[in-house]
Amino acid sequence: MLSEWVGVLLFLVGGLAVGAGGILTAFLIAPRRRQGSKYEPYECGMETIGPTWVQFKTSYFLYALLFVIFDVETIYLYPWAVKFQSLGLFAFIEMIIFIFILVVGLWYAWKEGALEWK
Amino acid sequence: MDNGLWLSLAFYLLAATILGSAFLVVLLRNIVHSVLWLAVCFVSLAGLYLTLDADFLAAIQVLIYAGAVCIMVVFGIMLIQRADMKQTNLFNKQTKAAAGVVALVLAVTGYLSAVTQWGNAKTPVPKETVGSLAELMLTKYVIPFEVAAILLLVALVGAIIIAKEVKG
Amino acid sequence: MGENLFTGIAAWMRTALLDIGTPPLLSEFIVLLVKLLAVIIFVSLNVLWLVYMERKVCAYIQCRIGPNRVGPKGLLQTVADVLKLLGKEIIVPRRVDKIVYLAAPLLVFVPPMMAFAVIPWGNGMAPVEMNIGIFYVLAVASLSTLIFWMGGWSSYNKYSLVGGMRVVAQMVSYELPLVLALLGVVMLAGTLNINDIVNAQRQVWFVFAQPLAFLIYLTAGISEVNRVPFDLVEGESEIIAGPYTEYSGMAYAMYMLAEYANMMVVACMATIMFLGGWLAPFGWTFLPSWFWFFIKVYALIFLFMWIRWTYPRIRVDQLMGFGWKVLVPLSLANIFVTGVGMYVYRAIGW
Repeated sequence: MLSEWVGVLLFLVGGLAVGAGGILTAFLIAPRRRQGSKYEPYECGMETIGPTWVQFKTSYFLYALLFVIFDVETIYLYPWAVKFQSLGLFAFIEMIIFIFILVVGLWYAWKEGALEWK
Repeated sequence: MDNGLWLSLAFYLLAATILGSAFLVVLLRNIVHSVLWLAVCFVSLAGLYLTLDADFLAAIQVLIYAGAVCIMVVFGIMLIQRADMKQTNLFNKQTKAAAGVVALVLAVTGYLSAVTQWGNAKTPVPKETVGSLAELMLTKYVIPFEVAAILLLVALVGAIIIAKEVKG
Repeated sequence: MGENLFTGIAAWMRTALLDIGTPPLLSEFIVLLVKLLAVIIFVSLNVLWLVYMERKVCAYIQCRIGPNRVGPKGLLQTVADVLKLLGKEIIVPRRVDKIVYLAAPLLVFVPPMMAFAVIPWGNGMAPVEMNIGIFYVLAVASLSTLIFWMGGWSSYNKYSLVGGMRVVAQMVSYELPLVLALLGVVMLAGTLNINDIVNAQRQVWFVFAQPLAFLIYLTAGISEVNRVPFDLVEGESEIIAGPYTEYSGMAYAMYMLAEYANMMVVACMATIMFLGGWLAPFGWTFLPSWFWFFIKVYALIFLFMWIRWTYPRIRVDQLMGFGWKVLVPLSLANIFVTGVGMYVYRAIGW
């Protein structure tokens, strides 16, 4: 039997091949004419003003951080959910405590306005 | 068509990718490129886990590191963005000290892996790793498990406080 | 009738290869390769059809006819469109980050394609059998966020950058409720293996046992594929086309086709987790299992299209607020209720 990773690798290569197929064919057969202001960034017909790669606000970063923390929570939840029926009541209560601690975090973030988009 | 041969080929290819992308993370001048190579590094590490039949660990590696931590680093970069992206990941005066530390770590791990008795695992890898993980996590390692929740909570609260300071 | 059509072909190929003396591992590999090709062709045809279907559904909802010139009933319209885009120059504007700019549309098909590897298209028709099936799909799907951001950032265009940042913020906020909603199903089924989850629904589909989780999943799923009413990423009245603004020709087409492929992944997952996968409803087994799977997926996709052309776009602060303040608490509550409910259910002793 072939193990899983061969299949995974094969489908990864397949996905790459689809993307590469489309773009390489276009590069081969599409015309290329260097002229006019075709190569300027598109901004409603005006020339772009000021630097483009500007600074973004902190709320983006806070969302990403909240996401990482809750994502880590989910990887604890999944194994528990798989064994939920055989592990019994004690494990369920442990998991409720675990979720509760993180819900406190969510409540704090909510209270401090970290969930507001400003 | 020996399976072991293919496995070692996969191992060396993945190891080379991991090391190569890790080097690029450090050496590239543009910090966004560094992050993207970091994602490549994480994904190939997941590939390494897959060859060891640790499929759940591999999925976690992709979900948490490539899918979440990289995003966080990206937003961190956008927070301290500057217009000239080509000069954002420069060398500084600490290069020599860092080289010393890295050499030390390398020496210690090298020594430890040289003296460790490497043996084959006596039992085969269980077909379903997720369930066994859950059983250990919720019976034998309950306290570390709940401490992990508190650690995550502390990280969350700390981040919000720092972000508020930045705003104020 | 036709139930074993595709599994039969695979079995026939395997024995034929073994008969002519191919080593077992190599013949497995060749069969896998054929499966990959079949999935690629099937997905590409479906994606082309979905673009056409979207335009037709939109047209009928708006009392128009839609494309009807190219081919019978306009069926070849998207084929013509893709051929046209193939002949268009991929413009690389002057100050873009060239490598990242071109790598993004190259990579954009990888996450949906890898997800399709474990989708059971019919009874026993998953190309790769995996113990952690759903978790693998979730992990792989989380990669597309970074790829969309790559396109947005590298374009050196303010609209693209804002679009790229919004992609990440939105997809990240809705990935959580999506992952948490599926947890209720995992608790009921007690496994991550896709086949076992489908088989666990022989008595009752999980949509009836987990209605709240189903609604959360659908909402978050629509948001994950950036469709109306959650399409702020490419809201054309605000930021042109978001991360795709600078892309042209085939590079743009890749993004658009991948979007439909992602929509298929979301619909397939919903079918597997909530609608009984390839199981026939009411014991109507006169249609083959792969046909039932196909029908269910398309019913969901039609629902997505219906929603898209019925509802207006919501505001960005409403979007983020809805994700974090409504969907995340609701999905956490769903886990709790499911757990308690199962204990009550067992205590009553039904």
